[in-house]
This record gives sequence, structure tokens and C-alpha cells, in this order.
Amino acid sequence: MTAQFKQNQQTHGAALLVRIKPRTSALVRFTIDGRPATAHIGDTILTALLLNQAHVRDFEFGGSQRAGFCLMGACQDCWVRLRSGPRVRACTALIEETMAICTEGRAV
Amino acid sequence: MTLPGPPANVRRTRVVIIGAGPAGVTAAATLARHGVTPIVIDEAAKPGGQIYRQPPDGAARPPREIYGFDAAKATRIHGLFKDLQSAAKIDYRSQTLVWNITRNEQRFRLDLLHNGVQATLDADKIILATGAVDRALPFPGWVLPGVFTLGAAQIALKSQGVAIGRRVALIGAGPLLPLLVNQYLAVGIKPVAALDVAPFIAKLRAFGGLAAQPATLLKGAYYTARAAALGCAITSNVRSIRALGDSRVTGLAYATADGKTHEIACDGIAASFGLRSESQLADLAGCRFEFDNASRQWQPLRDRVGRSSVSGVYIAGDGAAIGGADVAELAGEQAALALLDDGGTPTSVERRHTLDRALRRQSRFRRALESAYPFPAHLVANIPDGLIICRCEGITAGQLRDSIARRHPTDVNRLKAFSRLGMGRCQGRMCGHVGAELLAAHAGCGIVEAGRLRAQPPIKPIPLTSALATEVSS
Amino acid sequence: MTLANTCDVAIIGGGTAGCAAAVHLRRAGMQVILVERDRCGGGASGVNFGGVRTQGRNPVELPLAIRSRAIWSTLNELLGEDVEFDATGHLKLARSPADMAELEAYALLAREAGLDLTLIGPNAIRAEVPWLGAAVVGASLAPNDGQANPRLVAPAYARLARRLGVDIREQTSVTAARRTEHGFEIDAASATITSRLLINTAGMGAAAIARLFGEEVPLEAMMPNMVVTEPVPYIATRSIGVCGGDIYIRQIPRGNVIFGGGRGGGDWMDWRSRSSTETTLTNIPKLVDIVPAFRDALIIRSWSGIDGLTPDKLPVIGPSMTTPGLLHAFGFCGSGFQLGPVIGEILAELALKGGSSSPLDAFRIDRFTQPGLAAATA
Ligand SMILES: Cc1cc2nc3c(=O)[nH]c(=O)nc-3n(C[C@H](O)[C@H](O)[C@H](O)COP(=O)(O)OP(=O)(O)OC[C@H]3O[C@@H](n4cnc5c(N)ncnc54)[C@H](O)[C@@H]3O)c2cc1C
Ligand SMILES: Cc1cc2nc3c(=O)[nH]c(=O)nc-3n(C[C@H](O)[C@H](O)[C@H](O)COP(=O)(O)OP(=O)(O)OC[C@H]3O[C@@H](n4cnc5c(N)ncnc54)[C@H](O)[C@@H]3O)c2cc1C
Ligand code: FES
Repeated sequence: MTAQFKQNQQTHGAALLVRIKPRTSALVRFTIDGRPATAHIGDTILTALLLNQAHVRDFEFGGSQRAGFCLMGACQDCWVRLRSGPRVRACTALIEETMAICTEGRAV
Repeated sequence: MTLPGPPANVRRTRVVIIGAGPAGVTAAATLARHGVTPIVIDEAAKPGGQIYRQPPDGAARPPREIYGFDAAKATRIHGLFKDLQSAAKIDYRSQTLVWNITRNEQRFRLDLLHNGVQATLDADKIILATGAVDRALPFPGWVLPGVFTLGAAQIALKSQGVAIGRRVALIGAGPLLPLLVNQYLAVGIKPVAALDVAPFIAKLRAFGGLAAQPATLLKGAYYTARAAALGCAITSNVRSIRALGDSRVTGLAYATADGKTHEIACDGIAASFGLRSESQLADLAGCRFEFDNASRQWQPLRDRVGRSSVSGVYIAGDGAAIGGADVAELAGEQAALALLDDGGTPTSVERRHTLDRALRRQSRFRRALESAYPFPAHLVANIPDGLIICRCEGITAGQLRDSIARRHPTDVNRLKAFSRLGMGRCQGRMCGHVGAELLAAHAGCGIVEAGRLRAQPPIKPIPLTSALATEVSS
Repeated sequence: MTLANTCDVAIIGGGTAGCAAAVHLRRAGMQVILVERDRCGGGASGVNFGGVRTQGRNPVELPLAIRSRAIWSTLNELLGEDVEFDATGHLKLARSPADMAELEAYALLAREAGLDLTLIGPNAIRAEVPWLGAAVVGASLAPNDGQANPRLVAPAYARLARRLGVDIREQTSVTAARRTEHGFEIDAASATITSRLLINTAGMGAAAIARLFGEEVPLEAMMPNMVVTEPVPYIATRSIGVCGGDIYIRQIPRGNVIFGGGRGGGDWMDWRSRSSTETTLTNIPKLVDIVPAFRDALIIRSWSGIDGLTPDKLPVIGPSMTTPGLLHAFGFCGSGFQLGPVIGEILAELALKGGSSSPLDAFRIDRFTQPGLAAATA
């Protein structure tokens, strides 16, 4: 797991968020664009993503990336896709075991 | 002539409260006390609203750690709501978004999204207690990963137990800034910068009015002084800010009043400039709005006790006008009493007077606060052309100015039609007010003439799949 | 500066039709005053679906639509700006064998009127348009049809008109109009405008204007329901309609999917219209059946607008039958955006020459009061 975290860090930049104290709740295993990652019960998808890498999604117009903004479901800048299809708002939806998150841009 | 309607006892008046923050909770409690069982709808998973937001299961921490000074109030509001719930005095619908309201004769129809499924609900009376969102203003680099709103920086702590970085810069124009500096200090993260874009002198001038709420004033002064004592003094009168970095934030450049520019390394920036009422539902319900100069925003019209311009629609808390949590509590109760009163249920005159007096005192304080933190017009005055204004659609200031120059939009809705500003997923929450500022500056009209973006359903995105399995409740 | 209140032609209503007429009349040297209740292009012209479609129209409308389509190709040059016209082609889909038979029959009629359609059978449709769902059994393609950004077209006409010297008065309603010895007088706010000729392009407000001159048109308000999604990968490279007309779909290269069908609601007397949730929710399964790849998209906005609907679903275009010098063009029944450019030209022809090179018989205003006429043209 630590090795995986290191690899994520190398290929995808360090985490954007920092835990202020260790989480004791159960571990959740999920994937980000196919790469395995972990988070804890009670983490939002946004938290789970940004503890593993520095972005939430590709921005559709241009080559940049976004990492959420308001964290309260207002700016809508954090929608990601589950590999099974559905769209989820990362800052308000909780991470779940086996979730496969796609942060890659699909439009234009 | 009076038409014979159904006797009052045949169909109970259905009251729906939208929002379970302090305003919604006290409104619900007040109705319950008078024998009315309201339906309380909130998009969030748990009651509490913004300030008393509860972490999800698994992320819980002691209230004192989460809410600091406000822990007792938070616990009281949560407890009040829990009691109402367990006594079946309210019908609570959590994780339910109200995405549209339509008026239908004397009733209202609410369109709801719950668990990814559509539903509708009819209501006779509505209390809108929808709260507020951060007022964002664009600055170079504001779309970079690592730049958040101040509210976001707080929610990260409160609800997730995470900070937005190790080297954090906090920027604001309101009382949220000193509070947040302290909240970050409390978890062992010393902000590398705490910048206030309002001039210090404005705060001094506003002192008299602020003294109308000595406790709150003291709390603010305490936060500011404590921040300074811990080596994180707040710099006032910051003239410009710029987030640095390529693919994520690596630094912040800012200019102070003395004309000097500063550059610091950081890995997280939180910036917002006051709050904006979340008023789209009021708009869809047909409420009239007026422009409030002091807070420089449009607000739904309401009378002293919270009646909107539409009969049957009441508005309370930050969703009506930014007033903070204590005002929200009082206003929620007051709106509920007005609703009861209008429906012929006897309520305590004395209590209504008490609320009225308390709210008046609060409003003097609020006015003072607004003059202590005036709208930072200097931040929107010189926005460079290349800067993205509409985060969703990626529309730049230059594109807007070009649209204004060539197509002559007469108000911000026309500007939207021509430029796509505010046509993205957030429906202009983050950019509509900035579009209006740009329009006013470049078309030479007033900010009032520039107008406000009209709300359109759905007020937040809804998945197509929600209509593939429709469940209809009455 | 005081405004002169005298002109050659006064135009009531600044939608695409009125604004385009103003441009062509001004270019021919006329003094023109255009009066618009709200903002030019703020009505149906500015909020419609954006379909630039000839296919599916009543054959009597096709000569106009074909002529208008030719103008669309040159519209950017005419207007001096990009109105995002994109000749994507228009596919009308069959979802049953009966639909396919209908498409075949229509293709014959259309050919006679000069519109060539390509029929695509069940196998070819899978191969040629792989993003369509299994519910689609065939289609008819109008390769030259397309789509444009409705928010830009009428305002662009209005600005061109202004540059040419048309006096455009926005946020001004015409409250009365009458024939005088030498022409017309209309009351617009505090001004009384006198003109030699009068053009009525007031959209849903046009029936009231016609009534002032003793002409009754049973116009109904029509408020199509419009929805747009967030941007999703661009696959629907053609504009889509269906037999039955219950849903229509288009995607723009930025990715947003716009779909319409059924009716919204509102109060046209107040010029208020809104989408209807029922209609939106009814349209969604149809959309997903037709383009399954859109299934997971989010809806971000919905709206409606107000057009005039006549009993025979054809517009009124042509001279008044009671009042010389008065011209009408309204009641476009939800498909007047495509026609806008040609309506401008035709109104100018009628005003300047007293006749048009396009056949207008089917659009006579008196067909509703003289039943024989309506039957003859249907
Ligand atoms: C991010 C943030 C942080 C803040 N922090 C502080 C602070 O620390 N101290 C302070 O004094 N003030 C703070 N404020 C101000 C705060 O909003 C008020 O003090 C107080 O929370 C207002 O109470 P309220 O009941 O009016 O609204 P809120 O507490 O905002 O509650 C509104 C509720 O309505 C729900 N809602 C809104 N729209 C819909 C809808 N369409 N459908 C369903 N549910 C809906 C929301 O989910 C929310 O729970 C903060 C504001 C924000 C935005
Ligand atoms: C939602 C919707 C979708 C549509 N989709 C399509 C489509 O895809 N393709 C297509 O070809 N067509 C479409 N249409 C139809 C098309 O938009 C209209 O037929 C066309 O725009 C009509 O143009 P107009 O200029 O006649 O009318 P309008 O655009 O309605 O303009 C009439 C103007 O007259 C003004 N007015 C009215 N009364 C007065 C008065 N007394 N004084 C002064 N001004 C007055 C009004 O304010 C208005 O601006 C759609 C219509 C709607 C509503
Ligand atoms: S971060 Fe703003 S909606 Fe999720």
C-alpha cells in the first residue's frame, strides 16, 4: 500500500489535502483511473482523491485540471464519473469500497 | 364574496421548510411547538447547515474540536433537531435536493431529487432557509488545484478533518477570515499569510455599530488578537492577489497598500470575499428581489418578519440576507411565527416583540460589519483579459469585454446569452455577480441596471438517469 | 437629439423576422423605425432550439425554407459575425415500419418541392450513424439542414440594422395602431410614430395587432420545452428529429446536448414561459433511447419560449386583406427560426414591390375566416 502511494505520488503529484490527525475508521479500497488507492470510511470522494493526488478532474475546455473549489456542492467544479457510468459530485458523495473513479476528461 | 373552501380540518396545511441549518431548525421547532408538523428538506446528509455542519459517519470528532466556541450552540441545534425527529414532530427528508419550485394556483410544487430518483411534493406554505455560499471573486490563478474558498477550507476541517495544505494562505473580506486563521492554528497549521482585502480604517469606523453585539465583537477581536499573538497577524488593505503555479498552487503573490509586492511559497490558498445568499428557489417561486447596496447583492424582498412578496413563501436566515448563525436562528423562529399568524394560529405577541428587538439589534451590528468589510471593488476593477471568470465554461474577462463591446448586452442575462457566462453547471453562482460588475464597468451602466442572473431549473445539475425510474410522492 | 417619429416603414416586433426585414428595407433606402416590447431577439427568436431545418415541413412551406437555407450559408458575411451556423444535416428518425413508410412518402413530396432527402434503411443506419440506439429502424437525411445559436442571430440582425441607420426602440410596446389617410400611426410609449407602411412581426403579440385592423387569426401560444445538458463527448454530429415530432436533439461541438419536445407552460399574456418538469421527465427516456451514450449526462438548465400557433400549423405571411400598406408575418408554429432570414427578404419585397418571388398563397391571413381558402391550400 505504501509502495502504491509512493507510485501515485510520483506519477500524479503529491496530495493536495492533509489529514490533521490519523483516521481510525475502516479503510476503503478504490481506484483512480484504474490505479488502486485507499481512503477511509467518512471521506468524501473529493477528500479521497485529493489525499492521493492533486486534482479531481480534467477540465473540459483546455488542458488544465480542477480540484474542486467550494466543497459544499455549490460550484459544481468537482463532478467525476464512476467507471460504471454514473456521474457523482465528489465533494458531497462519500467514497465507497471498490468505487472506480474516472477523473479523465471526456468532452471535447 | 367568499367562496366556500374546504373546512380547515379537512386538509391539513402542508408546510415545507427547505434547509436544516439554524434558520430551518428553529423554524421547524417553532411550528412543531404550535402543533404543525413540517416537512424539512435538506440536500445534506445531516442537519446543521453550514456552520453546524456534521461530519459523515466515520469522520466524527468531538464537537469542541469541530466547532470551537460554537460547540455548545452546535450541540443544542443538533439536539433540538434530533428531539423533533424522535418525537415525530417533523418529517425530515435528508439528502434531498429541491431543484425547482413552481406556483400552481394557491399551492406550490417542488421538484426533488433523492437517491438519484425524481419525486415531487406539493406544499401550501414554504419557508426558504437555504443559507449562503461564499462570494467568490476571480483573481489570477484562482482555477488552479489548491485554490479553494474560505468556506471550503473550513468545511475541509469540520467535516473531513483535512486541511487544504501544510503551507496555507488565507484571504478574505469578512469575519470568516480571523475565524479561519484560528481554526487552522488550532489544528497546528500556521497560515503562511492571512490577508484581508478590506482597509483597517473601515473597521475602526464601524466600531460604534459593531458594539451593538458586544459578545460577537469580542469574539472577532479575540480571534484577530490571538492570531497576531501566535505570529499570524492579519494584513489589511491588500490590493491584489495572484495564485502562482502551473498545475497546482505553489505560491501567492500579493500587493499591500504601501505599494510593495510580496511573494510567498504555499501549497494551498483559500479566498473568498463575504457570502452570497442562495436565493435561486426564491426566484423560481416568483419572489421579487431588490439590490442591497451595503452588501452589494440582490436579495429577495421580505417584510420585517420574513414574508416574501409571494403569499405563502417565507424566507429566513442567510438565504434572505447575510446575517450569521444567531440571526438565522431568530429569523427562522420569526418566519415560522409569521406563517402561523397568517394561518390563524395564535402565537405569543410578547415573543414576537422580543425577536423583533433582538433582530433589530443584530441588524445594526450587521450594517456595521458590512461597512467594516466593504465590497472589495478594487479586485474586480482591473481584472486582466486572460482571466477565466466563468469557471464552468472557461469564459475569460477578455471574451466578456469583447462581447460587451461588440454586442452591447443591456443586462447580465443578455451578457449570458451572448457569451455563455453562467451557462455552466453552477448556473452562475460563482460568476454571475462578477459578470454584472464587468458589465457595469464597461457598459457604463449602474450595477442595479446590470441586474442579476435569473434562476432556471434545475438550480443544481440533475442526472438524466433520475428520470429513468421516477417515483412520485404526493 | 430628438427622435424623428416619421418614417417609410414602421415595424412592430424585433424577432428574427422583424429585424431581418428592417435590414433589407434599410438597405433599399427606406427610413425604418422598429419598435420592440422587450429586447430584439428576446422572444422566441432568442430562446428557440436552434434548428435550421427544412425537412419535415409542410410542402407549401418548402420553397421559403429552401430559399432561407441558401441565406443561412452567407449569414455570417451578411451580419458581420459568427452566429454558429453548422450544416450538420438533419436526420429524421423512424422508430417503426409505419414511421419509415411516412418518411418514404414525405421524401416523394419533398422532392417535388425541390428538397432532396436521402432515405437510410435499418442496416445502413447502424453503419452510418452508430451512435443511434436500437429503437431507431431507419431515417431520412436532409444533408444541408443544420443548426445555429439562436441567442446570436436576431440581435446580430438588430445591430446590423442599427449600423445601417434603422431607428430601433427597445423596451417599447406598441399599444395602438391605426390607418390614416396617408399611412399609419402607431402609439409606442409616449411617441406616436407615423409611417407609410406598417409591418406586423410581433410574434405571439401579432394577433392583437391584426385585430386592430379587423383581421382575426385564431393564434394559440405555443411553448416548446427545452433542456440542455452539461458538455459530454461530441458524438451527435447530426441534428435529430423523429416521426411524430415528440423529441428533437442536437449537440454542439462544445459538448452540450440540447433536447426539446412537448410543451412547457406559462402565461403568454405576461410573456412568461417556463419548462415543465413533467415534459422534461417524459422526454428523457426518449432521448436516451435515441442516443444511449448520453445516458449519464447531467441536465444543467431548462427553459421555454412563446411562439404563435395557427390551426393549420402554417404561418401568416403577406399583405393585410383589410388595410393597404399593412404586412403581416407571424404564427410560425415553432419553426420560424429557420425561416427568419427569408421572411426579412420577403417582407422587403412586399413592401418595395408589392409582391414576392416566393409563393405565399398558403399563408394568406384571411384563410381562417374564409374556410374555403384554408381547405384549398391544405
Ligand atoms: C462555507 C460556510 C462557512 C460558514 N462558517 C461560518 C462560521 O463559522 N460562523 C458563522 O457565524 N457563520 C458561518 N457561515 C455563515 C453561515 O451560513 C450562517 O452563520 C448560518 O449557517 C446560516 O444559517 P442558515 O440556516 O440561514 O443557512 P445554512 O446553515 O447555510 O443552511 C442552509 C441549508 O439549506 C440546505 N439547502 C440549500 N438549498 C437547498 C436546496 N435547494 N435543496 C435542499 N436543501 C437545500 C443546505 O444544504 C443547508 O444545509 C458560513 C457560511 C458558509 C457558506
Ligand atoms: C422554445 C422554442 C423552440 C423553437 N425551436 C425552433 C427551431 O428549432 N427551429 C425553428 O426554425 N424555429 C423554432 N422555434 C420557432 C421560432 O423561434 C419562431 O418561430 C421565430 O423565432 C419567430 O420569430 P418572430 O420574429 O416572428 O417572433 P419573435 O421572436 O417572437 O419576435 C416577436 C417580437 O415581437 C415583440 N412584440 C410583441 N408584441 C409587441 C408589441 N405590441 N409592441 C412591440 N413589440 C411587440 C415581442 O417582444 C417579440 O420580441 C422555436 C420556438 C420556441 C419558442
Ligand atoms: S467543490 Fe464545489 S461543488 Fe464540489
